[in-house]
Amino acid sequence: MNYFSGEKMTGGYGGPDIITSCTIGVNKGEIVTILGPNGAGKSTAMKALLGMLDLREGTITINEKDISNLNPQDRVKEGISFVPQTRNVFTGMTVQENLEMGAYLRDENFQDTLNEIYGLFPILKEKRNQLAGQLSGGQRQQVALGRALMIKPSVLMLDEPTAGVSPIVMDELFNHIIKVRETGVAILMVEQNARQALTIADRGYVLVTGENKFSGSGKELLNDPEVRRSFLGG
Amino acid sequence: MDFVNALVLLSNFVIVPALSYGSQLALGAIGVTLIYGILRFANFAYGDLMAFGTMFTILFTWYFQSIGISLGVLPTALLAIPFAIVIAILFSLLIDKFVFSYYRIKKSPPVTLAMVSIGVMFIINAVVRIIIGPFDRRFFDGERFIIRANEFKEMTGLNEGLAIKSTQVLTLFVTIIVASILFWFLNKTRTGKSMRAYSDNEDLALLSGISPERVVMITWIIAAILATVAGTLYGLDKSFKPFTYFNNLLPIFAAAIVGGIGNPLGAFLGGYVIAFSEIFITYAYKKFFAYLLPESLEPNSLIQLLSTDYKFAVSFSILVIVLLFRPSGIFKGRVL
Repeated sequence: MNYFSGEKMTGGYGGPDIITSCTIGVNKGEIVTILGPNGAGKSTAMKALLGMLDLREGTITINEKDISNLNPQDRVKEGISFVPQTRNVFTGMTVQENLEMGAYLRDENFQDTLNEIYGLFPILKEKRNQLAGQLSGGQRQQVALGRALMIKPSVLMLDEPTAGVSPIVMDELFNHIIKVRETGVAILMVEQNARQALTIADRGYVLVTGENKFSGSGKELLNDPEVRRSFLGG
Repeated sequence: MDFVNALVLLSNFVIVPALSYGSQLALGAIGVTLIYGILRFANFAYGDLMAFGTMFTILFTWYFQSIGISLGVLPTALLAIPFAIVIAILFSLLIDKFVFSYYRIKKSPPVTLAMVSIGVMFIINAVVRIIIGPFDRRFFDGERFIIRANEFKEMTGLNEGLAIKSTQVLTLFVTIIVASILFWFLNKTRTGKSMRAYSDNEDLALLSGISPERVVMITWIIAAILATVAGTLYGLDKSFKPFTYFNNLLPIFAAAIVGGIGNPLGAFLGGYVIAFSEIFITYAYKKFFAYLLPESLEPNSLIQLLSTDYKFAVSFSILVIVLLFRPSGIFKGRVL
């Protein structure tokens, strides 16, 4: 049993099912990536895990506790933090205020966590009084990651963290994500840059039309001829 | 000497009145802009909410006067404001619960909510007229002037007098206090920051665990406080008439939009922009130029750009020009 998992999830946005009997799980200190062609239901699976989707079937558990019926905000309290693909920072607020908002649900002093985040992303400390909307794409993604980490989550979910950034920034962001893994957080991410994602991922799931098609360790998937041909371009 | 006279003349008829009128608009505009930023609709009922709050200030003032309580040189209304604020807050929360929340939960488009607010506007309008009547009422008591025009003339030996009404100073004083507390609250406290976050990016605010009900409730509380304070200051300075408050909605909206709707600091400054434009454009400059220009060039006409009857045309023109050429406002806000 994985630390955080969705078993046999089936559902959609009120119309036809987008995902059918889809299973995804992640353990602490592990990076798991969800891959698949456009429209495969990657983001939908992510939303289902977050509780932003009404599931017809399936259960979602964290630490063996069933959270299938919790709304997204209560799942945040269970330690599940999410970084959306777009609009993932408060553009009109400073970097530091963005991070403070990430810790909104924590009543105790979060200065330690703030310092940890600044240690993890030194650029944020330097720019802490700048508006997040004025930062570059890569720096914004770091603010977004930092905000999500302020709650001290046990599970971090990332929706295409490297979408729209240059290859150099992408490598940098992947390095940051690896650093976050070292703090013992379970990381689940949807990625378009499949090859790079698999090289840093411990495991991967390949979804096709809302169903699990392949799954395995990053290396297995990278070396699987069928996965290579269909998703990695040979 | 003529130059000083001209300056005093301008201060007396333009600058001092515009500063106090601007403060009243500024407080109202912050209320409108906060509701727009958080609840995401233009609240047309705001002018009448101001009238509602002011009405209760008047009722409490009458009550205090009847039992013989007064503040001496200060208007009794100052004592009545806190009580009126409490009622205005309860009233706003009640309206939200029974009217606006339904459309919010249904996720109705902003234009529906704006139309709903027009309905609410008519209701509040009627409630105010039923309770206190449609007439013009003056509820100011205490010392009317801080400096009278002739006192000023005697003191300085100038031809022109500068009259400063106590309500004008009071307005500025209260505005500075209320606005400072408000901006401190929005920028420094956790709750204030969560409101800004919610206004900035609702989805991300929800993902951060910020409770929408709480943010909405606090917005209504602040809006009701601002409406009551701004309405009372306006009523003390001029007079209370429900219809005037409804009319003031236009300059208030203009101020909020000039400042960039959703941006409280912009709305605050926008209030002064509108007030100064209104009064500068409708003031007759004949005497002013008579002081400054040599006798041969003295103007014959009033040199008034627009009659005071048309003062709303000024706000309306500014509103249209801003919406056409800079819809995000002078200070950047959300685009309507």
